[in-house]
Amino acid sequence: MTQVIYDGTYEGWLTAVFEIYEYKLDDIAFAKNEASATLLFAENHCVITDLSKANRVLAGLKRRLSSEGFSGLYKAFLSDVNQIEGIMFRFTQYAFASAKNVEEDFGNKDVWELRKATRLTRKEAHRMEAFIRFKLTKDQLYYAIVEPDCDVLPLIESHFKKRYADQRWLIYDVKRKYGIFYDLESVSTIALEFNPKSNSSKYLAEICDEQEEFFQNLWRCYFSSVNIESRKNMKLHVQHMPKRYWKHMIEKIPEIKYK
Amino acid sequence: MEQPISTIFCVKGLILKYRIFISNSNKQSKMVNERVMEKLGILADAAKYDVSCSSALSKRENKNKGLGNAKGYGICHAFTEDGRCVSLLKILLTNHCIFDCAYCVSRKSNDVKRAAFTVQEVVDLTIGFYRRNYIEGLFLSSGIFDNADYTMERLVRIAKKLRLEENFNGYIHLKAIPGASDELLKEAGTYADRLSVNVEMPTEQSLKLLAPDKNHKDVIKPMEYLKNEIAGYKEEKKLNYKTPLFAPAGQSTQMVIGATKESDLEILGMADYFYQQMNMKRVYYSGYVPISYDNRLPAIGTPVPIIRENRLYQADWLIRYYGFNVNEIVGFNQPNLDLDIDPKLGWALRNLNQFPVDINTADLELIKRIPGIGYLSAKKIVAARQFKKLFPEDLRKLGIAYSRAKYFLAFATPFQLQKDLTSIQIKDQILNLQKSKYKNDFSNQLALF
Repeated sequence: MTQVIYDGTYEGWLTAVFEIYEYKLDDIAFAKNEASATLLFAENHCVITDLSKANRVLAGLKRRLSSEGFSGLYKAFLSDVNQIEGIMFRFTQYAFASAKNVEEDFGNKDVWELRKATRLTRKEAHRMEAFIRFKLTKDQLYYAIVEPDCDVLPLIESHFKKRYADQRWLIYDVKRKYGIFYDLESVSTIALEFNPKSNSSKYLAEICDEQEEFFQNLWRCYFSSVNIESRKNMKLHVQHMPKRYWKHMIEKIPEIKYK
Repeated sequence: MEQPISTIFCVKGLILKYRIFISNSNKQSKMVNERVMEKLGILADAAKYDVSCSSALSKRENKNKGLGNAKGYGICHAFTEDGRCVSLLKILLTNHCIFDCAYCVSRKSNDVKRAAFTVQEVVDLTIGFYRRNYIEGLFLSSGIFDNADYTMERLVRIAKKLRLEENFNGYIHLKAIPGASDELLKEAGTYADRLSVNVEMPTEQSLKLLAPDKNHKDVIKPMEYLKNEIAGYKEEKKLNYKTPLFAPAGQSTQMVIGATKESDLEILGMADYFYQQMNMKRVYYSGYVPISYDNRLPAIGTPVPIIRENRLYQADWLIRYYGFNVNEIVGFNQPNLDLDIDPKLGWALRNLNQFPVDINTADLELIKRIPGIGYLSAKKIVAARQFKKLFPEDLRKLGIAYSRAKYFLAFATPFQLQKDLTSIQIKDQILNLQKSKYKNDFSNQLALF
């Protein structure tokens, strides 16, 4: 058994795929870095990300997949599903080995598992487009904090860029410790030291625009006003808006006193 | 119009809390803020019975680095505790109204708190919410004050201000007020993504009973005008791609269900008319929430007909996406939909001669008609069967409700055991599998105690 250790990036994984073919490795398992390489009786194969190798794999995939399937593979990678690299690799193998496009062979286990992971990411990306709540700071920056299960920031970037073309915004993933920032020109990826007390009232009062609290309360008022009590259906409510997102949603957190 | 409700407890509660922590700020702006908060409570509450909250199907893109983008799919930014999508800031401009429609809480004779937004307040709320990613846009309706044109002119003015002064490219849904002039409707269409006129009651008789001042003709007229304008815009667009948008997300309407005695046949017949003749994008069904002691209406405390409403939507979907004809779903011999089973299963049980279907060879259209197999699943089946012959375990894996579908499927290899069941037997077996919280309502066992 060989353990293929790569740097955790998509390009790194693509390079790994190239090298598995190059060195004819078989019976493989993927690991993101040395630390998570824990298999006891396995040989290690370390991959150094190489863009030319990655691009060759991409080019091969592009020939064999539809554009949706091609981007679907990347989305599956972002899903952070356990063992997703293995599923992706077996799918890639299958795609390379077949003469025709295999994306819709839903009877095949790996095709199906890959599709599930792709959909998971896509769903979460859509939810982030919906559930992100910006707060306005004194220096007119709209910022939002998120903790998605899948690594969706790369996927939602263009949505927010198109939508909020005339305001500076920052979306920060506290789970993965990076964010995307739009400066009215372009979007860049940034890492920053994040104050863990950022939700405390004192901190918010310091940084937020004076109208911010008013708008949050307006939104809470609106949210409870549109509910029809005689149709209450909490099961449906939670199904659509799972509790793991509530932490960062204005209408779901009780009012914080700013002063 | 809509049926608002008179409770404003939420508003009062919020204002009390609010008063405490803005005590330091400027007294005047505090007063203004409080008043806006109270208005929002009243006018959002009054608008909530309009069920449409779609923000999809528009073609409006962000331009000149402005604010907002309404192109493509809709987004539900939140879900209320009753499970409905909150996509738009849905408010009335005012709940003052000259009409006295029995089903509506904003009716003239009702004793509720009245309020009215200014044009600027609606604009500020919309922009403030939109920038914080709370909403996709604005859904603006209104009680009729003074006359139709006067009301419509205000609605249009808000949309115009958002588009021209704020460079707002988010979604705008405006109510077209029956009786408003064609010029105003045309202007509304140039700024709004969707327009809607609510027919409210499925038949003229019911409308006459509950809203003596209104008639269907007044509702149909603006619909027809909009239909023609939208069609004209589409023609022009083919010739000149720069043609400015006109209500790109089309028009919709709404019917109140269960307030009067209409059958589902009449309701779906009316809906079909709107889809066929008016090119409606959507017809909404709103289960009547009792809000009045008027004896023409169901008493307060009568349950909202939630299941019936759900069945109507299912039927609506079958007509729009599954290739069903209204006559296949309801007819003179069975004017109402079954409440205990969905309309597709109902159709299948009445037409057992169409089954079993072999999913490995049948047409997509036929597979879509199998109970337990949805639109997307049917497509997955047709794609997957090109690679290998599908068996029951494959279907389960594809996420099909196999326990329901199996009664209607034929497999070449040994799967015949369900063949000779009658429709009643199949129905009983399927109902036994279901775990619905409404199950008790339909239990066919006698309750002993």
